[in-house]
Amino acid sequence: MKVPVEWLKSLVELPAEVTTAQLADRLTMYDLKLEEIIGGGVSGPLTVGRVLAISPEQQKNGKTINWCRVDVGAQNVDSVPDAPGDDVASRGIVCGAHNFAVGDLVVVALPGTYLAALDFEIGSRKTYGHVSDGMICSTTELGLPDDASSAAGILVLPAGSAAPGDDAIVLLGLGDQTLDLEVNPDRAYALSLRGVARDTALAFDLPFADPAEAVTLPTGDGGYPVRVEDPEGCPVFSTVVVTGIDPTRPTPDWLARRLTQAGMRSISLTVDISNYVMLELGQPNHCYDRAKVSGDLVVRRAEAGEQITTLDDVVRTLTPEDLVIADDSGVIGLAGVMGGASTEIGPDTTDVVVEAAHWDPTTIFRGERRHKLPSEAAKRYERGVDPALTLAGAARVAELLVELAGGRLEPGVTHVGTVRAPAPVTFAVDLPARISGVDITPELTQDVLERNGCVVERDGATFVVSPPTWRFDLNDPYDFVEEALRSAGYENVPSVLPTPTGGRGLSREQELRRRVGHVLAGAGLTEVTTLPFVGPAHLDRLGLAPTDERRRQVLLANPLSREEPGLTTTLLVGLLRAASLNVGRGHDVVQISEVGRVFLPAADEVAAPIYGVDARPTAEQLAALDAALPYQPHHVGLVLVGERERTGWDGPGRPAAWSDAVAVLRRVAQVLHVEVAARAAQVAPYHPGRCAELVLADGTVVGHAGELHPAVAAEHGLPGRVGVGEIDLDLMLAAAPPIGPKPSFSTFPVAKEDLAFVVDEAVPAESVRSALAAASDLVESVRLFDVYTGDQVPQGRRSLAFSLRLRAPDRTLTDADIKAARDAAVRAAETEFSATLR
Amino acid sequence: MSAPNSDYDPVEVTPLHPDEIARVTSEALQAVTAATTLAELKQVRIDHTGDRSPLALANREIGALPPQARKEAGQRIGQARGEVAQALATRTEELEAVESAARLLAETVDVTLPTDREVVGARHPITTIQELVADVFVAMGWEVAEGPEVEAEWLNFDAMNLGPDHPARTMQDTFWVASSGAAADGPGAQDSGKVLRTHTSPVQARSMLTRTPPIYVVCPGRVYRTDEADATHMPVFHQVEGLAIDEGLSMAHLKGTLDHFARAIYGDTMTTRFRPSYFPFTEPSAEVDLLCYVCHNEPSAVASCRTCGGEGWIEWGGCGVVNPRVLVACGVDPERYSGFAFGMGLDRTVTSRYDIADLRDLWDGDVRFTEPFGVGL
Repeated sequence: MKVPVEWLKSLVELPAEVTTAQLADRLTMYDLKLEEIIGGGVSGPLTVGRVLAISPEQQKNGKTINWCRVDVGAQNVDSVPDAPGDDVASRGIVCGAHNFAVGDLVVVALPGTYLAALDFEIGSRKTYGHVSDGMICSTTELGLPDDASSAAGILVLPAGSAAPGDDAIVLLGLGDQTLDLEVNPDRAYALSLRGVARDTALAFDLPFADPAEAVTLPTGDGGYPVRVEDPEGCPVFSTVVVTGIDPTRPTPDWLARRLTQAGMRSISLTVDISNYVMLELGQPNHCYDRAKVSGDLVVRRAEAGEQITTLDDVVRTLTPEDLVIADDSGVIGLAGVMGGASTEIGPDTTDVVVEAAHWDPTTIFRGERRHKLPSEAAKRYERGVDPALTLAGAARVAELLVELAGGRLEPGVTHVGTVRAPAPVTFAVDLPARISGVDITPELTQDVLERNGCVVERDGATFVVSPPTWRFDLNDPYDFVEEALRSAGYENVPSVLPTPTGGRGLSREQELRRRVGHVLAGAGLTEVTTLPFVGPAHLDRLGLAPTDERRRQVLLANPLSREEPGLTTTLLVGLLRAASLNVGRGHDVVQISEVGRVFLPAADEVAAPIYGVDARPTAEQLAALDAALPYQPHHVGLVLVGERERTGWDGPGRPAAWSDAVAVLRRVAQVLHVEVAARAAQVAPYHPGRCAELVLADGTVVGHAGELHPAVAAEHGLPGRVGVGEIDLDLMLAAAPPIGPKPSFSTFPVAKEDLAFVVDEAVPAESVRSALAAASDLVESVRLFDVYTGDQVPQGRRSLAFSLRLRAPDRTLTDADIKAARDAAVRAAETEFSATLR
Repeated sequence: MSAPNSDYDPVEVTPLHPDEIARVTSEALQAVTAATTLAELKQVRIDHTGDRSPLALANREIGALPPQARKEAGQRIGQARGEVAQALATRTEELEAVESAARLLAETVDVTLPTDREVVGARHPITTIQELVADVFVAMGWEVAEGPEVEAEWLNFDAMNLGPDHPARTMQDTFWVASSGAAADGPGAQDSGKVLRTHTSPVQARSMLTRTPPIYVVCPGRVYRTDEADATHMPVFHQVEGLAIDEGLSMAHLKGTLDHFARAIYGDTMTTRFRPSYFPFTEPSAEVDLLCYVCHNEPSAVASCRTCGGEGWIEWGGCGVVNPRVLVACGVDPERYSGFAFGMGLDRTVTSRYDIADLRDLWDGDVRFTEPFGVGL
């Protein structure tokens, strides 16, 4: 809301010493936040001048400057012999612009003028061989909004609009300041000078005279006939008629200036008055050309397919949800949003019907959005306009039409409907102090509320407060706390640290997720966060089969991009995209991970119910909400490109492999104390022979790791073999035991045995290892340390070398113990896997 | 010459003569000192303490002495041999130290050689700031609450007192989950009842619905708005919200909590200020500003401060006393309990502290963005 300070001061008598900045600060603390102070950036002898003579002079630098003689009226000096033309009283000024001619009216900043746009005080100075006694100004230099002249150069005033020597600060309104205030949705009343003035009076503890009460309300029957067929949509509708308007009368400067400063264009006197009253009182209103209206005004819902051409010359097709004003010709206005072109005020309009109504905010809100037609009127109606103001609003328009446009108020008014008074609210007198924490006395609360227009009754420890008709935000006891606190001062809220009764720290899941984050970083992975929006093309690039479950996405009704219509089902899309970006930017080693959610729709998607807000939903209702949501587990994903161990002076590097991806995810499992086993699997986007699925003890597959399919790697521009992996972290956390395994070890001597077996290539190494581990109670651990295929073993078979550590919990092993354990291990390998000992 | 000694057999054995022993001892000690390597010292040991050494030979002569003289001679020899052995030991130690030092010196390496073969990881600052914030509140006795990102419309809006016609509910601000069968942007497009949560407030609702007061929870997390990505906007960002529900809580407790939070993150000189504002879920509502952490609103510095734009304060977030309507919808008795809530963006906390001009850097995944942060802020 743009509030011209001069206009505000005409409604509240602010002390002269209050600066605009102080006013703005105070209003900010009254919930009318200053966005900016506009204008007021020019001071000193800014004067209208007439160009008397121009002498273009070519300069050495190629530029041509104009050496001018300018008449600035009373500001002239007697003689400027050096300047072009006759040496009459004038000033000599050098100007670099060329878009003006002799005889033009221009704006001259004489020495001593301060221009905030340049942050510069103009002086008399020698330039291009002349003494330039001031500056001819452009709109930009004056801090005015850009217009057609801005690009051309200096501002040329319309001929006859001023005389040389006139004070240009007054002429252009440059001395006036305007507050641009941010009005929160609950303070609709402050979208008017009336509302801002009331809060200003409150903020500075000044008396306030409501401008709406200064309007003389016309009475009597016989106003323009009106039928309201939808009293829900239109609770109150008032009209008055003014005739005999002189359409040739211009809008007075003061009114045009106030409108302009408030951000509206001056159009014609009648329209300007209509807008002025909306700004002044906050009552939007509409003037119909009386001559163009045929028959009664009817307020009703539109019929499907009805059309109206609105004032912006757009033909709009209506629905039964639209609330309209119609006459015998059909729809002539979209209620509360915009009037129609057929009854628009024109250059010949002399008689008008002035309408001021109260509309249902929701109807206006929806209509405005349906027609994508935000207007100043709709902005006010959707937030709430004082319903008691319709008649005063219409009367104020009529009053100004009479006063400024020569009109005549016709006898009789139309006033349909009744104003519903807001319901009184009861609350404890100490509530404001208790909730705000500020020492607000009941007396202060009562005084503040009464100045806000409330009727306050105190009954012992209770207030019963009836809010005024213009306040839509005072419905609950706490709403009055805010009003009281606004006056007591938000800056006076003390700082008191509450003392909770003791929390339990991070949840188990939260603590475990942190561990995972540290393990991933410790494994050399750099964490990234990626956007979750993906589309079929991304999933195609992973090589997912048409039937792949991961193609079932949670889709958005309004995605930002058609290419990314839904949420991701795998972190690999984002991670591979990030890996591509890094490789594209020249990184050879890109080892990245992400811990984030994926979104997996339920088998049968149902809508989530909407409940009331008057009571807590039942447990069943809450369960229904959760049941409607997709599964959105945290996943851990990783991509390994380039050397896992860098080439260095002390050894060769080692490229990342499928096994590194498995190793990282095994480490994740390890810190969670979750046992996972690896099993061969064939899943996109992995290399068909180099993918492990990771399986919990109960058989649940928690994810995959291995080598990225070379085709997918190529598709993403990733060089070499790429390690990738992804697991469902939520499943892992659910499988994590509440406490880890207890440490258990024997201090008796160890016996070490190395055994190498030749087995069929298809036999998984892990199967052999676990068979060896289970062969005897004395086996403490088994570790595979070599795999060999080649000349020494038959085709189709390979050698697996294991080192066994044998130890007893209670004694030193004898040679016989060791031999028995070793034999048992060999036997197990031989019988279970047809292994031969090498 | 003295008179003959009847008790003494005047057999003269030259090697055992004190002067002679002193001489060979001195020779031995000189040789020990003169040895400059362990190898030389080894030869000295053989020459002066070995079987053929003068002292060993002298020792053998003791038997030739009359019994009365043996003790004295034995002591003399023993003392001499001890002296030499001691000198050898000391010299051995010295030479070993010297030779060991020389050997280690020969192993000298270039310590400026790189030690970068291991790939080093790092954690994203958005992750670590969420942990940092959580830790501040956990230390105060709060707990950390979480909830889904695809959220029920009722929890995201209705329960938060954003009624059916609240502007935030339009598709201009909120991502709606498509309703199966309905065309995007067509009628029924919003009938799924599900949204990408626009704030972490539904976690507050969930906390009230599942916990019994007193409740002190902080909710960091990812939230969504339909903003096109540019340098200062992203469709996805991170917030932290806090909620306290207890008997007797007021705006003063909110202020105390935010002051404490601000000091924990920005240092002990930090403070906050309230400005009135409006949010549907709080009443009274306030904007909370941080004292500018660059100029501290010092008169000499504030005017030219680029961080706060000369304001002296930086907008931090929104807050207020929980609207009793929210309490009712979430099953908390507003007659008995009151509470406060607050929320602020975390992405900008990171970008403003680290002078990151473009929010997209947080999301692109360029490893050079994350690496400097290491594993903590």
